[in-house]
Amino acid sequence: MSFLTLSSIQKSFGPVQVVKDFNMSIEKGEFVSFLGPSGCGKTTVLRMIAGFETPSGGAIAIDGKSQMNLRPNQRNIGMVFQAYALFPNMNVAENVAFGLKVAGRPKAEIDARVKEMLGLIKLDHLADRYPYQMSGGQQQRVALARALAPKPQVLLLDEPLSALDAKIRVSLREEIRMIQQQLGITTVFVTHDQEEALSISDRIVVMNAGKADQIGTPAEIYNRPATRFVAGFVGTLNLIEAKVVDPAANRVSIGDQGVTLREPLGTVKAGDMVSLALRPEAGSIAPDAKGDTALSGAVVSTNFLGSVIRTRMKVGDSIISFDMFNSPGLVPPAVGETVTLRFTAGDLLVISD
Amino acid sequence: MKKFWAWGALAIGLLYFILPLMGMTNFSLKMRRGVYSLDAYAVVLGDPRFQETFTYSVVMALFTILFGVLLVVPTAYWVRLKLPALRPYIEFVTLLPLVIPAIVIVFGYIRLYNTSSWLPLTGSITGTNILLMFGYATLALPYMYRAVDTGLRSIDIATLTEAAQSLGAGWTTILFRIILPNVLVAVLSGAFLTFAIVIGEFTMAALLNRPAFGPYMQLLGANRAYEPAALAVIAFAITWGCLGLIQLVSRFQKGTQSPV
Ligand SMILES: Nc1ncnc2c1ncn2[C@@H]1O[C@H](COP(=O)(O)OP(=O)(O)O)[C@@H](O)[C@H]1O
Ligand SMILES: [Mg+2]
Repeated sequence: MSFLTLSSIQKSFGPVQVVKDFNMSIEKGEFVSFLGPSGCGKTTVLRMIAGFETPSGGAIAIDGKSQMNLRPNQRNIGMVFQAYALFPNMNVAENVAFGLKVAGRPKAEIDARVKEMLGLIKLDHLADRYPYQMSGGQQQRVALARALAPKPQVLLLDEPLSALDAKIRVSLREEIRMIQQQLGITTVFVTHDQEEALSISDRIVVMNAGKADQIGTPAEIYNRPATRFVAGFVGTLNLIEAKVVDPAANRVSIGDQGVTLREPLGTVKAGDMVSLALRPEAGSIAPDAKGDTALSGAVVSTNFLGSVIRTRMKVGDSIISFDMFNSPGLVPPAVGETVTLRFTAGDLLVISD
Repeated sequence: MKKFWAWGALAIGLLYFILPLMGMTNFSLKMRRGVYSLDAYAVVLGDPRFQETFTYSVVMALFTILFGVLLVVPTAYWVRLKLPALRPYIEFVTLLPLVIPAIVIVFGYIRLYNTSSWLPLTGSITGTNILLMFGYATLALPYMYRAVDTGLRSIDIATLTEAAQSLGAGWTTILFRIILPNVLVAVLSGAFLTFAIVIGEFTMAALLNRPAFGPYMQLLGANRAYEPAALAVIAFAITWGCLGLIQLVSRFQKGTQSPV
């Protein structure tokens, strides 16, 4: 029995259907990310869970209890916004206490809980500060503590890290994940940043134009993208167009080079085009490799990315990029040079679409 | 050359405003023949009718401010939150008192609420006081609404509202614990302007026949020489005091300016 269920959720704004038949079951204590490009409907789904938007169709239940007729302030949900949204007229302690005060908890209990929450986000020393006296990262931690203080059933975070600088973004996402695991709170985290979603989620929902394209663990999503959209959006996967040569033997050709796949091609015939995916970290340069699990091409560009060097080469009509670990002795291939990339048959995935 | 004209214009403006004021102040100090004295002020401040009418107007001003805040803050908030398309129309309505003379409004009131009407407010003193307060609130509406609306613009009311709702707050809590405190400076400027307007208002109070400060000033002006000048100086001081307080609260606001 899942804890948070969204069944066939739909939402239209006027004639525009923004969310189409969205289904999702989230277990108690699970950390689920909604990942997708801007405008795909992530926020709208989140706002329907919180009660700020009414679904045009479908049902939402938490712990078996339908939420459909509950107003936002009657639902037991904590929410963290991209813009922090701390109350400017209250200091940190008052912000964190707000939900408990509204609920009419006794003062001693509120004080204890506020203290506990400030300890959790390691901001005990800033209890008297006002929001405008704090950095973005500190404000967002307070917003998290404020959302968690009334012990909500579900925690919703809408791109909470988007307004922060890169360094704080990474440290705060780890902190969020740690606190989430410590409290065991069921969490939905919205982001358009695939690295963010991959690094902290139990499961990821990849959203595309108002529906869920794929639901799976980070490893499943990254290693086994179900659709071309997921393959393109998650990671820096290479999408390669290949022509089927012999469906029975899983043989295809990329440009004029033939390769054999491990996976069955499905219902295609010779001459059809198929999409293949290859992760940039899958292969390595091997000058004398040839045959079924190697591709040669002219280098188009090389980029130094710190820990890795990313090289792009042209094979047939496709550009394939691959990464090499940086080491002091490594000389990256020159532009125009022909290189051969070796991989294993299982690295080339067939994208069904 | 440009500078010369600018300074010239400023000087003429200052003369235009300050000369009469100086003349009036000078005159108000000359009640005793041949020497400067505060006699006129003593007479005015000692007049029981001054004390009565001034107290009446102050109390009326406080009620008007309370009523205005309770009317304007929720309205401006709701319009910004839920009916943003209506903002231009609401703004137009709030500006109407600037173009409709007070005398028209008060005659309308008297016609609508006279003793033989369905709601005979003018039939009792309390009723008339309430009517006068509505009138004052109408006169102050353009200033109050603008001040509050500008204050609301400086905070993200939609997100703050949702944050409060997700924490379990209902509309009353949101209005009084979140919205009002965050526009307090704006509300105070609106309140001081309202105060200044009510203290000096003549038409409505006179026609509704209430013992307010405005009609008293007029009465004194028609019958005395030095005292009205002293009274005018006092009224000026009150108005400028209010404007000074607006400056003061805007300078000492704290915590209401979020960097987001
Ligand atoms: N209140 C609204 N009225 C009309 N259109 C809306 C409203 N809210 C969102 N939309 C539209 O719905 C789509 C999805 O928006 P949103 O859920 O915010 O996307 P995301 O959070 O994934 O970026 C967008 O095209 C947006 O313009
Ligand atoms: Mg969004």
